[in-house]
Amino acid sequence: MDNNGSHITEYKVLIRILFILLLCTFITIEITSFDLAAFTVTAALLIAGFKSYLVLSYFMHLKYESLLLRILVSMVFLLFFVIVLITFIDYSFR
Amino acid sequence: MSEHNTHIDEHRDDEASKLGMWLFIFTELLLFGGLFLVYSIFRAQYPANFHESSLELSVTIGVINTVVLLFSSMTIAMSITAIQKKNKKLTLALIGVTILMAFIFLVNKYFEWGHKFEHGLYPGSELMQLLERGHHLYFSLYFFMTGLHALHIVIGMVLLVIAYVKVNKGSIKHDKFVFLENGALYWHLVDLIWIFLFPLLYLIS
Repeated sequence: MDNNGSHITEYKVLIRILFILLLCTFITIEITSFDLAAFTVTAALLIAGFKSYLVLSYFMHLKYESLLLRILVSMVFLLFFVIVLITFIDYSFR
Repeated sequence: MSEHNTHIDEHRDDEASKLGMWLFIFTELLLFGGLFLVYSIFRAQYPANFHESSLELSVTIGVINTVVLLFSSMTIAMSITAIQKKNKKLTLALIGVTILMAFIFLVNKYFEWGHKFEHGLYPGSELMQLLERGHHLYFSLYFFMTGLHALHIVIGMVLLVIAYVKVNKGSIKHDKFVFLENGALYWHLVDLIWIFLFPLLYLIS
């Protein structure tokens, strides 16, 4: 795949993504203004996860990249998730 | 290859360049990931202190910086669309706007940090030593994480300035723009990290 044949993301799509990202930001601010303890953290992190998915796929163009790259990126996030999990298991059962 | 004057370097491999950039981005993600992990463990240990400390941060400045970064992320993504469509003027304008946004972010950060410094709150200050352990940890992490992030903003700005010059000179063009692409990837990384930094430090309390 060379650049001559690569995908061009239209301006419209990018504007739409920005709009969704801004909307998510304001939803996060609204949600975190209520004190719902663990739910607040989970909700904020889920929205942040969704936002990073949008940035990775559209702004960072992953949606149109090779399968190899997409698998690699997922692996890094999976690795980080496993590290977090192991650390918290260690922390909770010490 | 066509008969046009498109000179393609024999050793040029854009896919490999991008893969290399991504591998570097992975190390950056894990670097910040480690810091997030440290933050979550200490937060679990000192929930009350972390809650009180986070109230000290200005959500307004945080929101402004979030909007600035998201917007700049879009403009740099658009600059790639523009260069692919052979619109050099628009490409330059969009890279310019992105650099301006980066500058606004840093100015905001300057005022945010400056305000804390005035109150004697900075790494190694006397006040920091007197704080309770949880508060101390929160502000140390706050300064370290936002500081490291701001350093990335500066590096991103340098990359974008180089990209601007290259587009202007014509060495980045519609069929050869991998440098701009990699610079943009770096800029999106900065945005990506902020997407997690902002709720964790400013909002969740």
